[in-house]
Amino acid sequence: MEPIIQCENITMRFNLSKERVETIKEYFVRLMTGKLHFDAFEALRNVSLTIEKGEAVALIGANGCGKSTLLKIISGIYTPTLGKLTVNGSIAPLIELGAGFDMDLTARENIFLNGAVLGYDKPFMQSHFDEIMDFAELWDFIDVPVKNFSSGMIARLGFAIATIVRADILIVDEILAVGDIAFQRKCHQRMADMLKSGTTLILVSHNMEDVQRLCQKVVWLQDGQVRQIGPTAEICPLYIEAMNAKGESA
Amino acid sequence: MNQRNLLRKYRPLLDQLVLRDLKVKYRRSILGYLWSLLNPLLMMCVMTLVFSYVFRSSVENYPVYVIIGQTFWNFFFESTNMAMSSILNNGALIRKVYIPKLIFPISRVASSFVTMIFSLAAILIVMIFTGVQFTPALLMLPFALLCLFLFCLGIGIALSALAVYFRDMMHLYGVLTTAWMYFTPIFWTVDILPANVLPLIQLNPLLHYISYFRSLVLEGTVPPFSEHVICLALSLIVLAGGIALFRRTQKNFILYI
Repeated sequence: MEPIIQCENITMRFNLSKERVETIKEYFVRLMTGKLHFDAFEALRNVSLTIEKGEAVALIGANGCGKSTLLKIISGIYTPTLGKLTVNGSIAPLIELGAGFDMDLTARENIFLNGAVLGYDKPFMQSHFDEIMDFAELWDFIDVPVKNFSSGMIARLGFAIATIVRADILIVDEILAVGDIAFQRKCHQRMADMLKSGTTLILVSHNMEDVQRLCQKVVWLQDGQVRQIGPTAEICPLYIEAMNAKGESA
Repeated sequence: MNQRNLLRKYRPLLDQLVLRDLKVKYRRSILGYLWSLLNPLLMMCVMTLVFSYVFRSSVENYPVYVIIGQTFWNFFFESTNMAMSSILNNGALIRKVYIPKLIFPISRVASSFVTMIFSLAAILIVMIFTGVQFTPALLMLPFALLCLFLFCLGIGIALSALAVYFRDMMHLYGVLTTAWMYFTPIFWTVDILPANVLPLIQLNPLLHYISYFRSLVLEGTVPPFSEHVICLALSLIVLAGGIALFRRTQKNFILYI
């Protein structure tokens, strides 16, 4: 079977500029003569991994190890400096809930705007409108500008919109921390439903319970490199042990 | 994904972004969209009061002359200014979801264009009030609008890319446009200039668009064929240049916003 996501030797390099280029003229002179100097910082180094269709994969690792960078590369937000990425399917990115909201618009208007951001047209959103509002449980606030919403309410609306479509790949970046317990349970239920219907899930989380419950496979990143890839039951204990050891030595 | 599929997939987003701009623009103002009509009319009154004495001799219908220049200039100024900051303002979104980034400057120019179409009603009112003859030449108006739109789009797209790398553009552009405004015959007429400056003035694309429009309305004549070629060529060159610059630089936007 063809893998749905394939990363081959991906390196992501960020240029932290070493000297300030003050003017446009100077910039172009340097660009032309190839004298733009930067300190390279490699957020990811030679990362290769393959994700099959229908798999649920968790990315784990310490802060700053490159988890979010990898998610953003898979979503197409970053272009990798080196290496090749192949994605065979549509992506529903849940990197930050409500990223596409305009705070001055109402919940109703934002549903259509955010749907369009994800590439869905008005009739489609219209036909799923009730379902979204039911899931988010925000009928009482439908014509209130989103700037007056609490962060939990924004997250609920964002999650409801992003998961309304059965995308091939669902990318979730530590978003379930907001929202009350009842809503978290609802989100988990919906993610489990999507998994059952064949959606591929990529999850970033520091909550090992979530990882163990939802994912079969774990990718452990350390300092921008893959440390280990394997089944959840095998890797999670190793990771927890390593983290505990680090905590004790500190 | 190829270009056509991209266009089809993100067309609804373009509509939504334009709609959003229009909604947000007049939200909470009592007169709302009426301002798109009132603003040019009031501005015209001010300009006419101030300048008609100075240029009385050369222009027969100064109110129409000035409101045409004013409307085109305002569209150019507003659309390019809004397009310039469009990538930076949508940085939060660009960092979190994949969207073809070109859509942001395009939506800004498009929403300004819609506002300008409302303002055309103001020109119509002034035309009726001052007894301008309606001639078939007016049918060529869409051509002038199209050229102006493409030109503003090209400038806006280029500026949006430049502003990502050089925030200074935002401040510099205010000064540049002020100079450009005085360089454009909005309230003055070309015949007050010495003959040796005329070739230089011809380099200003806005002069061509505005003159074209004025010729349709005030003289009732369609400009010669060569003028069409110049207008269209200027627009297309600027647009192609803007898109080329944007394409070359967009990959690294994310590192600067």
